[in-house]
Amino acid sequence: MNTSSENTIRIYVMGSAYEVPRGLTIMSAMEHAGWRFTRGAGCRSGFCGACSTVYRQEGDYRLRFVLACQTEAEDGMYLVQLPFTPAPRVSYTLAELNPDENVLLQHYPEIARCVSCNTCTKACPQDIEVMDYIQAALRGDIAQTASLSFDCIQCGLCSMRCPADIKHYHMAQMARRIYGRYMSPVTAHLEERIAEIEKGVYEEEVEALVKMTRSELEEIYAARVVE
Amino acid sequence: MNNAAYFPGCSLKAEAGDYERSAAAVMEVLGQPLEELERWTCCGTVYSLTDDDLMHQLASVRNLIRAQECGADEIVTLCSMCFNTLKRSKVFIEQDSARLETVNAFMDEEQDYEGGVEVFHLLEILRDQVGFESIEGKVTRPLSGLRVAPYYGCTLLRPREIGIDEPDTPTILQDFIRALWATPVEFAFQAECCGTYQIVDSPEMVLEKSHRILNSAMRAGADVLVTSCPLCMHNLRLCYEELRSSLPEKRELSIIYLTQLAAIAFEVETGELPTSMAKLVEGLPTSMELVP
Ligand code: SF4
Ligand code: SF4
Ligand code: FES
Repeated sequence: MNTSSENTIRIYVMGSAYEVPRGLTIMSAMEHAGWRFTRGAGCRSGFCGACSTVYRQEGDYRLRFVLACQTEAEDGMYLVQLPFTPAPRVSYTLAELNPDENVLLQHYPEIARCVSCNTCTKACPQDIEVMDYIQAALRGDIAQTASLSFDCIQCGLCSMRCPADIKHYHMAQMARRIYGRYMSPVTAHLEERIAEIEKGVYEEEVEALVKMTRSELEEIYAARVVE
Repeated sequence: MNNAAYFPGCSLKAEAGDYERSAAAVMEVLGQPLEELERWTCCGTVYSLTDDDLMHQLASVRNLIRAQECGADEIVTLCSMCFNTLKRSKVFIEQDSARLETVNAFMDEEQDYEGGVEVFHLLEILRDQVGFESIEGKVTRPLSGLRVAPYYGCTLLRPREIGIDEPDTPTILQDFIRALWATPVEFAFQAECCGTYQIVDSPEMVLEKSHRILNSAMRAGADVLVTSCPLCMHNLRLCYEELRSSLPEKRELSIIYLTQLAAIAFEVETGELPTSMAKLVEGLPTSMELVP
């Protein structure tokens, strides 16, 4: 059933149909239809992962997974929001971990249940190779897990879909933290700058900035030297 | 080798760097360097025995597809367990076109698996493609006098349809050991299961099984035991650590991977050996001493 007119489309939210203007994101279209987001919206810029949305397009059997704030509403979308995934998160003290090949598996043993169905990858609105990072974690490749999962916004859609009940994103976050703490190269200039800050080298300058008016700040911002 | 892709597997990457390094070095010497399969995933670990459960075949088939993608016609594994799972899955899925169709339809994000990618264990490559004579030809430090127990375990040999040798009377490891000029020491429990992944749930049972294997090899007079499986290695070494304090002084058994044995005979450096093995190597005649 094609319900669109030149300027409007029909979407279905929680089973009810709404006529909304064309060209809006799913989030704006729902707001236009009168829904108010008390959960399931945060940054509105595709970073926070709060607006995970599942939809099916009329005439298609598949479920599709997107971010409501980033995806244009289309005619015939059946929408449902999933503002939260109840995923357990393991506690650990980063500084006391032994960052060896087994550390991820020890903290998240359920990753060994992966059957390589790739459903998680198909669910990811960030186009991350989710299965590949689970697989990297399984073989103890922390660097690869961290790098493949880098764009993860913790939306939880992968974990909602996984037949093995793996909670991907907390594990991947742990991998990135371990990578940052133990594996990423140490940059000398950063260490030097931190030492300078600790010594108070920049305090005077910062105090001067704090006291400036908005127009003074704008002036020095415009005049800054860009490398 | 034909156009082969090397499949490492998770336990190998996480626990058996010594196996991988020595295998890579040995294959380099033999002129057939290992090329790692791109984007491989876990083999599935344990082959699923339910014959209507296709979900648990996906992991293996996905790896066969990865091989197909890069134009490889065979997958070579080092781990016996991965070999077993991948090969059984391959046979199972290729046996019945309906199974293959369902799996291909499910994995619609991948190219279809066409069938026909072969799965080999490295030992088969050494026997059938490299040849034990060529291996012997590369030996620069013959392992004369070294008494080596060939430990097969079960996943290399069973079930018979996929095994790399006769399940009850295998000879492939003995022939390999002989090619390196060492003496194979056959023992009663050479094709017994070590207990495998049961180590997680029933460590006692596994230690008992492994104990029997180690005892039997030592009683037969072996100084070294070679294995082809990181999981067997894990269990046997664990058991050996327990056993050790009860052994008479100077009675030691070095447990190493078969490719470490070859690396010694080829005199290629592949990193640390167990202390007892390093001592045995010191005791070997050097290549110079053998020159007439
Ligand atoms: S990996 Fe999972 S949690 Fe992260 S963005 Fe993708 S679907 Fe969301
Ligand atoms: S959905 Fe779960 S089981 Fe399937 S590939 Fe992803 S992590 Fe593995
Ligand atoms: S609201 Fe933050 S990603 Fe959509």
